[in-house]
Amino acid sequence: MGEKGEVFLARVIVLTSGKGGVGKTTSAAAIAAGLALRGKRTVVIDFDVGLRNLDLVMGCERRVVFDFINVINGDAKLNQALIKDKRNDNLYIFPTSQTRDKEALRRDGVERVLDELKENFDYIVCDSPAGIEHGAITALYFADSAIVVTNPEVSSVRDSDRILGILASKSRRAEHNLEPVDMHLLLTRYSLERAKKGEMMSVEDVKEILSIPLLGVIPESESVLRASNTGTPVAFDQESPAGRAYLDAVARFVGEQREMRFVQPERRSIFRTLFGRA
Amino acid sequence: MRLLDLLFPERRNSAVIAKDRLKIVLAHERASRNAPDFLPALQKDLLGVVRRYVEIRDDMLRINVGKSGDTSLLEINVEIDGAKRAPVRNGPATHPAPPPRPVPVFEADGPAPWVKPS
Repeated sequence: MGEKGEVFLARVIVLTSGKGGVGKTTSAAAIAAGLALRGKRTVVIDFDVGLRNLDLVMGCERRVVFDFINVINGDAKLNQALIKDKRNDNLYIFPTSQTRDKEALRRDGVERVLDELKENFDYIVCDSPAGIEHGAITALYFADSAIVVTNPEVSSVRDSDRILGILASKSRRAEHNLEPVDMHLLLTRYSLERAKKGEMMSVEDVKEILSIPLLGVIPESESVLRASNTGTPVAFDQESPAGRAYLDAVARFVGEQREMRFVQPERRSIFRTLFGRA
Repeated sequence: MRLLDLLFPERRNSAVIAKDRLKIVLAHERASRNAPDFLPALQKDLLGVVRRYVEIRDDMLRINVGKSGDTSLLEINVEIDGAKRAPVRNGPATHPAPPPRPVPVFEADGPAPWVKPS
């Protein structure tokens, strides 16, 4: 996709949701890790200025010296702020400032930094703050692709719908009449068992309401908390259900066909179907 | 127990309720997302006019912008079920409507008022 035969000209992916606490940072870390595992040079940027957490989830909180805002303001060079992941050579973390506020994300500055990163990476993964204010809008503005992180729950689905509207009208691609941002649904914290009992909206329900292609379903899993406890992107835990689900999602993102897991119940005998617990 | 569920169907499950509620609220929100920004002012004015005749609450007058084929439609729904006739012709004091304009009176079979009598 690069012009003049350049090897790198990164695609910008934003992880966004509107609602907080649905798993944006966990998903950004996991997807970036998954891309890096596939040999793609990937940087994951924290846009949540003032509420920095990507560094903790990625396990590099003690290595932060300079941040995104320092680079935007010209106080540090890009290579001084980027943190190279110790587990994968293709993966870099770009932490944000914990002390500044969101207004420090000047759009022209962000654009300049992204343009510089595009020369050196295949994928730029942007971890958006919650909300629809300046920080979140800046995070999604430059996106080529958006991964909308949604829980099967009414407020999350409604906020995702709102974000989809914003992507379609306020992103750079929308404002400049370019090809629209390509949007993907990532359903997180899914419980097949509860959906089967009718206690939780199903994958199909959420897909039908939001009507964007489904990138993946991440099951509610204890491995997610274990991963953040230890500062490991959950995709590096390839034994865990959530880790495998994220790796599947990444495979689909780069164009591979993968069957959805954790959306169909395992087979049961007739006896269990009739008398077993649902 | 599945067998018991069949014999005693439980109340409507909550996931279905969630989906139905979302569909309704999102249909409204998506419609108003691309709506022109004069709609709130228009609604306020229309409420003033309607209230000269019947007492209605704000939420009983709804404005939607929709599409039917290639035509954009401005849809105004006024619910007057159970609404009382307005006691005063000029409506409630919260939003005083302008006094009605004088309406020209026509004679049933006579000439139009702008025709000079010969």
